[in-house]
Amino acid sequence: MKKTFAITLILALLLALAGMPLNADGHERWDGADDLDVNPLACGMGDEMMDDEGDDMAEDMEMMEYDGGMVAMHEDTPGMDITLVDVPKLVGIGYFAATTLGQQQAAEELGNVSVNTDAPTEANIDDQIQVIDSYITAGVDGILFAANDPVAIAPVLRKALEAGVHVVGYDANSEPDAREWFVNQAEFNGIAKALVDSLADQMGGDASFGIVTSTFTTPNQARWIAEMWAYASECYPDLEWLETLEAQEDATLSFQQAQTLINKYGEDLDGIFAMTSVATPSSADAVQQAGVCEDIAVVGLATPNGMKPYVNDGCVRDVILWNPVDLGYASVYVMRAVVDGEFQPGDASVMAGRLGELMVVNGSEVLLGPPFTFTAENINDFDF
Amino acid sequence: MAEAQARAAQQRDPSFGEKLRQLLISQEGVLFLIMLAAVVFLATRTDKFLTVDNLLQQGRFMTEVGLIAIPMTYIIVTGGIDLSVGSILGLAAIVLGWTWQELGFPLELAIATAIISGTVAGFVNGLLIVRVGVPPLIMTLATLALYRGLAEGISEARSARGYPEWFFQLGQGEFLGIPTQLWLLIIAVVIFAIVLARTRLGRALYAIGNNETAARFSGLTVDRYLLFIYAFSGFMSALAGYIFVSRVSTTRSDMGTGIELDVIAAVVLGGTSIFGGTGSIPGTIVGVVLIQLLKNGLTLSGVTSDATIVVIGSVLIFAILVNNFIQSRRGVG
Repeated sequence: MKKTFAITLILALLLALAGMPLNADGHERWDGADDLDVNPLACGMGDEMMDDEGDDMAEDMEMMEYDGGMVAMHEDTPGMDITLVDVPKLVGIGYFAATTLGQQQAAEELGNVSVNTDAPTEANIDDQIQVIDSYITAGVDGILFAANDPVAIAPVLRKALEAGVHVVGYDANSEPDAREWFVNQAEFNGIAKALVDSLADQMGGDASFGIVTSTFTTPNQARWIAEMWAYASECYPDLEWLETLEAQEDATLSFQQAQTLINKYGEDLDGIFAMTSVATPSSADAVQQAGVCEDIAVVGLATPNGMKPYVNDGCVRDVILWNPVDLGYASVYVMRAVVDGEFQPGDASVMAGRLGELMVVNGSEVLLGPPFTFTAENINDFDF
Repeated sequence: MAEAQARAAQQRDPSFGEKLRQLLISQEGVLFLIMLAAVVFLATRTDKFLTVDNLLQQGRFMTEVGLIAIPMTYIIVTGGIDLSVGSILGLAAIVLGWTWQELGFPLELAIATAIISGTVAGFVNGLLIVRVGVPPLIMTLATLALYRGLAEGISEARSARGYPEWFFQLGQGEFLGIPTQLWLLIIAVVIFAIVLARTRLGRALYAIGNNETAARFSGLTVDRYLLFIYAFSGFMSALAGYIFVSRVSTTRSDMGTGIELDVIAAVVLGGTSIFGGTGSIPGTIVGVVLIQLLKNGLTLSGVTSDATIVVIGSVLIFAILVNNFIQSRRGVG
């Protein structure tokens, strides 16, 4: 009996010791962050830093091998006129109208590419599959897509590759081996850095803030919060996290949660991170109605249309997202480079016209670059 | 009545030419001619359209709608409607993925569970329609939301993936050079066309659609027939769900959204009256094929999807008008 007790005690001690290092750094993650590995970017702001970080990333990523698919009947046709079809999730919404605009700009610049956008009028997986299938039959040189479902779209894209049609994705990925490249609009750590930098820039490196998110377990939001925690711990150790509140994707609830933060912390609250495109305008609304625009900075992810009122009247300075026009533009340049044989598996970067050199990340993804910040100067140029 | 007499007259004197003429100006015949015209037109627009590969691929795509259109024809013939088929499809897909991945069922058992759940879902529709007297439109509109909600609740926005290779045989494989699921559709169409046209069950459905009260007083077990066809509708929707999952290799709770409208459009285009009493499986199948070929052929000839749905809508109206015109003339003559 005693012996069993002693063994249990020793085991418990060992476990406790083993557990110690996990908490040894003293940093509990913020509520709403997931517990996956984090990969914070280098500290600092501005473009020159992004360049440095791009180089770092290229070094890091050389480890990861190309995991995209291969097109059958491979023959490079440099400079030849090519016809592409672009199949976004759906047509008739501002966001994909913007990617289409970017594609047309790229096609015009290149002169030897024609792009035709065609997609269902609703984001329906089966309709999208059928549209792509028809274009494979009709015969195009390349397919650009934004997947409604990463797995469901994969068989038809593999069919395209087998038929000798080049496939490049953007905005929403498929299984990697079903396409050649994917233009990734923003990585989690990039978004996290942009958000935290914006708050620190507006309110100082010792600001206190709350977070309004969808739910603690929503994958994208949890990933962003984890990366924000990692980046802030590294670069702004004096930033003080107060609380994370859940607001689903609900405008009324988001408004109430932002109000809760304002009322609960009063003077101590310097900023609110809003993690969804619903929470951001609602939080801005709450801050505006409380008349504390000067004292509390709202920084969040949102589409420009919802944020124009708050940005234009000065209550919100920065809205973080990516530029869908650039995203569409890059997808066409990537496709052209693939068709020309200039962009091959294993390459570390690709040239994309006015965007310059874009880095390859995660094996077969092309990173669009740092996130885009909408401010009073540019937000009215966008309509989505 | 004149129509019935004309038919009776022919049965006495079945000259081949006359028979053919009657067949061609029947509801299904006219629709078939419109379909031929569409095929010829599309074939002249693009040489990619009228190829064996392309047509077989379209057969693969239309199987789910085709399978559900069979029980939908039965239901509309009785004067009912089933709006919940798309939600049952989605629910069955989710049950399949969930029982297999989360509950650890063997895949065969998961498939069976999914199809049984779909059948039960259809049976519940039927039960409330028959026992409580809720109108089919209201009942299935309610379960359209209810079953979709269940699917979303069970799946928690997660999808089940990573099925073994054999699972894809039905949705992506071929048998004797023809897509596997198309065999299933062809067999189902033949069997259930005969059931509707030549059996007691089929006759009973027409009787119910023409006059339910009269059917009851004639001693038909109306309630049992109705229960059966709504459960049958759930069964076929679940089967379509299984095929869909096998075809796209993942489950999502939004699968089959809006498919009820495609199905009803095909059934009505095929000459089944929305008021009940008339309709046939061959007509429905021509309707399904016509819509699928138009969708595909227009895309192939460079018409974008948003313009395609406008053209399909116009063709639907045109086909129904032409048919009404011919059928009314025929009634007079």
